[in-house]
Amino acid sequence: MKEQVVIEVQDLVKWYPVKVGILQKVAGYVKAVDGVSFSIKRSETLGLVGESGCGKTTTARCMLRLTEPTKGRIFFEGKDIMKFDRESMRKLRPRMQVIFQDPYSSLNPRLTVKEIIGEALTFHGIARGRELEDRVGELLKMVGLSPQHIKRFPHEFSGGQRQRIGIARALATNPDLIVCDEPVSALDVSIQSQILNLLEDLQERLGVSYLFIAHGLNVVKHISHRVGVMYLGKLVEIADSEEIYKNPLHPYTQALISAIPIPDPKRKREKILLEGDVPSPINPPEGCRFWTRCRYVMDICRHEEPELLESAPGHKVACHLYKC
Amino acid sequence: MGKRKLLEIKDLTVKFFTEDGTVNAVERVSFDIEKEETLGVVGESGCGKSVTALSVMRLLPSPPAKITSGKILFEGEDLLSKSEAEMRRIRGNLISMVFQEPMTSLNPVFTIGHQISEAIVLHQKLSKKEARERAIEMLRLVGIPNPEKRYWEYPHQLSGGMRQRVMIAMALSCSPKLLIADEPTTALDVTIQAQILDLIERLKEKVGMSVLMITHDLGVIAEMAKRVVVMYAGQVVEESPCEDIFENPLHPYTAGLLKSIPKLEGKKSRLHVIEGNVPNPLNFPSGCRFHPRCFEAKKICGEKMPSLVEVEGNRKVRCFMRGSFPEEVLAIERAGRN
Repeated sequence: MKEQVVIEVQDLVKWYPVKVGILQKVAGYVKAVDGVSFSIKRSETLGLVGESGCGKTTTARCMLRLTEPTKGRIFFEGKDIMKFDRESMRKLRPRMQVIFQDPYSSLNPRLTVKEIIGEALTFHGIARGRELEDRVGELLKMVGLSPQHIKRFPHEFSGGQRQRIGIARALATNPDLIVCDEPVSALDVSIQSQILNLLEDLQERLGVSYLFIAHGLNVVKHISHRVGVMYLGKLVEIADSEEIYKNPLHPYTQALISAIPIPDPKRKREKILLEGDVPSPINPPEGCRFWTRCRYVMDICRHEEPELLESAPGHKVACHLYKC
Repeated sequence: MGKRKLLEIKDLTVKFFTEDGTVNAVERVSFDIEKEETLGVVGESGCGKSVTALSVMRLLPSPPAKITSGKILFEGEDLLSKSEAEMRRIRGNLISMVFQEPMTSLNPVFTIGHQISEAIVLHQKLSKKEARERAIEMLRLVGIPNPEKRYWEYPHQLSGGMRQRVMIAMALSCSPKLLIADEPTTALDVTIQAQILDLIERLKEKVGMSVLMITHDLGVIAEMAKRVVVMYAGQVVEESPCEDIFENPLHPYTAGLLKSIPKLEGKKSRLHVIEGNVPNPLNFPSGCRFHPRCFEAKKICGEKMPSLVEVEGNRKVRCFMRGSFPEEVLAIERAGRN
């Protein structure tokens, strides 16, 4: 039997218009996401890495239809949710949840823990009264907090504990898919590992799928089954996480991996230093978007955009070097 | 021997007197930096690493902050007894600092050229024209393309990585003897981080300065530092040469920290966890400050505070279970049982 795909994204595009002048004439577009396709299976974690502004978060938001994509198709368990109306979307929402980066600003300071975690349950009519309280207590236990904390406010918790509340909130409606948008970036190193272990345990127990966005590559490698690398709104490489770190094919992935500082002073690696900055997504380079910083740049790269093609089973890369 | 030392911090204690109570931000911290050496200071938020750095620059807001004891010797002279005017001659000239946030540490209403030349005119007594030439040269040195044009641009016209380069150019414009880099790459992407670290390393060799590298990223420490100071809850808990600390960490906190980082190589295994939270500086635990989270903690750890003792191989550690303590500890443990 084929493993069940929870969500599939095809050719997702999100362009933001850039308006100028008093007439708000559209002068161009910020091509935040420009033709991204991937799928996530049940109980699988897909990691998404890339530098700031490469479109990771926009991809995730479009996938959940929190931001309306410009183009593209999204299938949730085989159903095209781009065709869903408001009401059907509302019914689908409990099955897709988000955990945010900043545990300080993502919890409403005026609500108690019970209200924060229980909000979705009440809104979707899943539980109320005594039942709601029990469910919130159960969720708190699940994320390693005490059910006695139910009446407290967010400011009474530390950063790591707040992130646990954020996770409990995401789990409240028994979702099939959780988007984790940089869930550990704002936390201390010793707290990060607590949260990563918790996310792994929950996946094992509940069979939930994650789309895990982060710029910490070692974190992504640790938690993900597969990893996708984005550059300027494009998915440039996607493979199993072991494979992509052992055998990165795209020159950008290679540079990205070689740039991670390794906590071992004896291992002095040859670093691939990329020149310059990421070009503007308003006017990305023609052809391959990476050619301006690529060390293997060829003539073809400057005018022809490479497609994302399979170079080995399960390993896809968008680069002219590997086109045979 | 003693002549090689550029900066010596001795028994530095900094307290913040706030409405909620006294915060013991830094307690009896001592370490020194040799000439042309890179010293790494690691620790989590609230461990006092930035407060230590700001104390060296004498940039702590007072009140609420107060340096209650200790000495900071820079080339043998105590910075804490300097007047504000004397400090102004040292800051940006002999000691410079690069901050974490390149977005907020530049003034948005002046051109970057103006901001770099300002320090040069002030400290080097050069004319405006000479200062401009020097500033452009600095911008070129830190790898900013087209420096003559960039000189006239404002901070918002530059990317994050470029702004951090400008900060470094500014910090190095007067050829300081000591550069304090407080999380210089935390706000940047990995590829840009690699560029900036490489830049600091190259410039360090070129101008022969010492670097105090403050970070929470052990990977950055491994690549840059020669010696490492580990801070926890306002205290130094370990000081070791860089290679030793990664190979054989002494303090249980250092060991836990190293084990809890996800590794890039090797088979995936469950992450090691340091239980509990970073303690609140308003209310540190009694005894060893790490004992509530330490899996090796004995009875004494909760009662007495271990001191920082020297152990073999030029290393220091603050733990009853390491160094020359065990005999003494066992005796107290035995006494406690009777």
